[in-house]
Amino acid sequence: MNLHMLQVELWRGDATGVYRAYDVPSQTNQTVLDIVTWVQRHIDSTLAYRFACRVGMCGSCAMTVNGRPRWTCRTHVAKVVDNGQLRIGPLENLPVIRDLVTDMSNFFDKWQRAGGRFESTRTRRDPIATLSPARPERRAADGAIECINCGVCYAACDVVRWRPKYLGPAALNRAWAAYNDTRASNRRSILSAVTGDAGCHSCHTQQSCFEHCPVDLNPAAAIAGLKRASLFTWLTGRSPR
Amino acid sequence: MNALTYFLQRATALLLAPFVLVHLGLIIYAVRGGLSAGEILARTRGSAGWAVFYGLFVVLVAIHAAIGLRTIADEWTPLTGRRLDLVSAVAGVGLLWLGLRAVIAVTAV
Repeated sequence: MNLHMLQVELWRGDATGVYRAYDVPSQTNQTVLDIVTWVQRHIDSTLAYRFACRVGMCGSCAMTVNGRPRWTCRTHVAKVVDNGQLRIGPLENLPVIRDLVTDMSNFFDKWQRAGGRFESTRTRRDPIATLSPARPERRAADGAIECINCGVCYAACDVVRWRPKYLGPAALNRAWAAYNDTRASNRRSILSAVTGDAGCHSCHTQQSCFEHCPVDLNPAAAIAGLKRASLFTWLTGRSPR
Repeated sequence: MNALTYFLQRATALLLAPFVLVHLGLIIYAVRGGLSAGEILARTRGSAGWAVFYGLFVVLVAIHAAIGLRTIADEWTPLTGRRLDLVSAVAGVGLLWLGLRAVIAVTAV
């Protein structure tokens, strides 16, 4: 058997680790996750990495592939390989725990700080609220609600890199979805949570989040929506409906 | 940055655009036949119009640049909170002082 071999470099160790080279057999229809799994099963079982669904549903397998954050399960090697070489590292802007696994607790803490929780205006004794899909607010949240928290946009964001306290595109995108839920009682407090040096006004609209989002969501547009909403509320003094 | 500073930076940028265009146009016009301090001062001294134009220009620049410098300092230096506000305020007041001093110098009779 004459297998074509790929030269793969994987990040090994914690933040002070290094890239180590591995030769991995190339196959047709091979994803980057297949490569990482092959190394773990055939070369070094101590390799740490995350994955769950393998079909682009769970958002847990994001890594840096040849310099770009990507879902490894939905990235074909043929699409990203560069002269037979692949360099796979942990996501940027997140502390490395070990190898390809990052600590995402700060990422999820920021989701909470951005205030994107649903707080209802109703009790369980009230009838179920109807929400027309045609309402402008519901349509504004159409894209934002599809996010699966993979962290790719967060890893791609230069503002997160420069300003570690910045809430980041994913958390602000979630806040935009929550803000547009007209059943919510906390719409004003969401705007307060996303205003300030860590919030939406710090976004430079470079749109790396949009460029890298694996499902073509546009967190930059959501952030622009939050900027408009907070400005409108500040100028008029009117709370959102 | 909060809603107020965000608004002020966008609003001053909007207003600065025509000021910059007029200023650039003036430079092109002024250097047509060579440029001398005497020629400039002859045009600006005692001119309420130029005093108001450049006075407003300086105010807009001071606000716009101070907010922008605060953002740069936040992203590129370890400064946070009140220290950032202080840097921004010093930059704004400094630009205002230098700019208005220059406007007064060339427009006062």
